[in-house]
Amino acid sequence: MSTQSTRAAARLMVAPSVILLFIWMIVPLAMTIYFSFRFYRLLSPDRTGWVGFNNYLWFLNSPDFWTAIINTLLLVGGVLIITVVLGVLIAILIDQPIWGQGPLRILVISPFFVMPPVAASIWENLFMHPQNGLLAAVSLGFGWEPILYLEAYPLASIIFITSWEWLPFATLILLTALQSMSSEQLEAAEMDGASAFSRFRYLVLPHLSRAITVVILIQTIFLLGIFGEIFTTTQGGPGNASTTLPYMIYKQALIAKDIGRAAAGGIIAVILANIVAVFLMRAIGKHLDA
Amino acid sequence: MARTVTTRRKIAYTAAAWAVGLIIFFPVLWTILTSLKTEASAVASPPEFLGADWTLQNYADVWARSDYPRFFWNSVVISVGSTLLGLAIAIPAAWSMAFAPGKRTKDLLMWMLSTKMMPAVGVLIPMYLLFQRTGLFDTRTGLILALMLMNLPIIVWMLYTYFKEIPGEILEAARMDGASLKNEILYVLTPMAIPGIASTMLLNIILAWNEAFWTITLTTVNAAPLSAFIASFSAPQGLFYAKLSAASTMAIAPILIVGWFSQKQLVRGLTFGAVK
Repeated sequence: MSTQSTRAAARLMVAPSVILLFIWMIVPLAMTIYFSFRFYRLLSPDRTGWVGFNNYLWFLNSPDFWTAIINTLLLVGGVLIITVVLGVLIAILIDQPIWGQGPLRILVISPFFVMPPVAASIWENLFMHPQNGLLAAVSLGFGWEPILYLEAYPLASIIFITSWEWLPFATLILLTALQSMSSEQLEAAEMDGASAFSRFRYLVLPHLSRAITVVILIQTIFLLGIFGEIFTTTQGGPGNASTTLPYMIYKQALIAKDIGRAAAGGIIAVILANIVAVFLMRAIGKHLDA
Repeated sequence: MARTVTTRRKIAYTAAAWAVGLIIFFPVLWTILTSLKTEASAVASPPEFLGADWTLQNYADVWARSDYPRFFWNSVVISVGSTLLGLAIAIPAAWSMAFAPGKRTKDLLMWMLSTKMMPAVGVLIPMYLLFQRTGLFDTRTGLILALMLMNLPIIVWMLYTYFKEIPGEILEAARMDGASLKNEILYVLTPMAIPGIASTMLLNIILAWNEAFWTITLTTVNAAPLSAFIASFSAPQGLFYAKLSAASTMAIAPILIVGWFSQKQLVRGLTFGAVK
């Protein structure tokens, strides 16, 4: 249907986006690859030169590295599990016949609009602070010792804060998906004597599968780069207890000022993210109708 | 009989759902309440609810003593600027992908989305150096560019899913009636595309407003938006709880209100049309 000239026009219209994104991707990436093979420390500017794979070896052999990988996986996996499981349950609850569903949706979605440093700072100071936090007051009310959340359980606390930010997103999407489900099907199943659990297992869950996959895709994109929450609360500590791979690279670059090593870490992070991306894209591509 | 049971069930469900909703919302509510207390009242133990000393002084203090207005203005300029620039670049792309798709359109869209998967820290150093050398470091222009590029894939995707729903037949009908290309765009397509463009704009302003990686790493003083302001407000040691809460409330209130209005579009926008 389209002619030669509209084809050319279409290409011309797409070109700026593609070229800009390509440059945005390839220039910093090429520079990172280059730096990753160089000796490059901001604190010793006179020394330069090629160091082969030394930066990579340092990164891979650093005891922090494996902790950071495990922490990253725990953070992403933990938040995904918490938000999807609770999201499904809360969405089903809100989807019941209730009064004030509209205002309730607004309450539930609110944390999603709180910027990460604010969310982290609210939780750190107003809730998890061992002297003045509300949770400490609750502990004291029960006669318990206040818990040092961010010192004793830093990663769990960050998973908790991040889950609070993303639970609304998962809930809202799952709720929207639930509302497009035909109630006749569910009623028919109920009439035929299907238990609440089998209605959930064989009707609701399959209907939600597409929404759940999309929630996992979008959240993974954002969770792999989690930064503000850690920066505001624990700064990766105590020690390396809450250092993720992105935060470890950040520390190498801007605190240790070792550009070479940070770049090697960046390339490792890019490779790992690509593995995840290929995997996810394959699983999800068929769910997006492009 | 059946009717009373239904009403009773409805009451139970309503109570349970609202309880869950209030728990989720409570940290935001508590922040707003704390911002309205005096500093002494804010850290009182046990916590004060209704008997607190209420005041608006914290807002006046934060406004007067910190550079809050500058941070706020930076946030506005950066989030709105990057969104408008992104729209200007993405609209033609999404338009042609939706109305004149080629064999590669889907691959191209998937590739765009996959660039979002690349961890920002992976390219932090080059960005940092490029920004330093080009004089873009700590400027609003620099952040507008960075955030525009960061959100461009999402803008293209969202617009694409909206544009695809505009029926192609309407264009053919307009052409049959002898509409020129200019009139076709001005009077037929634009009115149908505006709702989609508006929701894309709102959602991307929210995303850009809440962005906290490039805004923290690529600024120091001049261009720092609210994310950097709040991140720097660390360890108040209990002395400035009420002011911290007031500053937090001021940082999130504008976007919370925008968000409430756009929550319906949020779902279809951020799921790229897969969930409506």
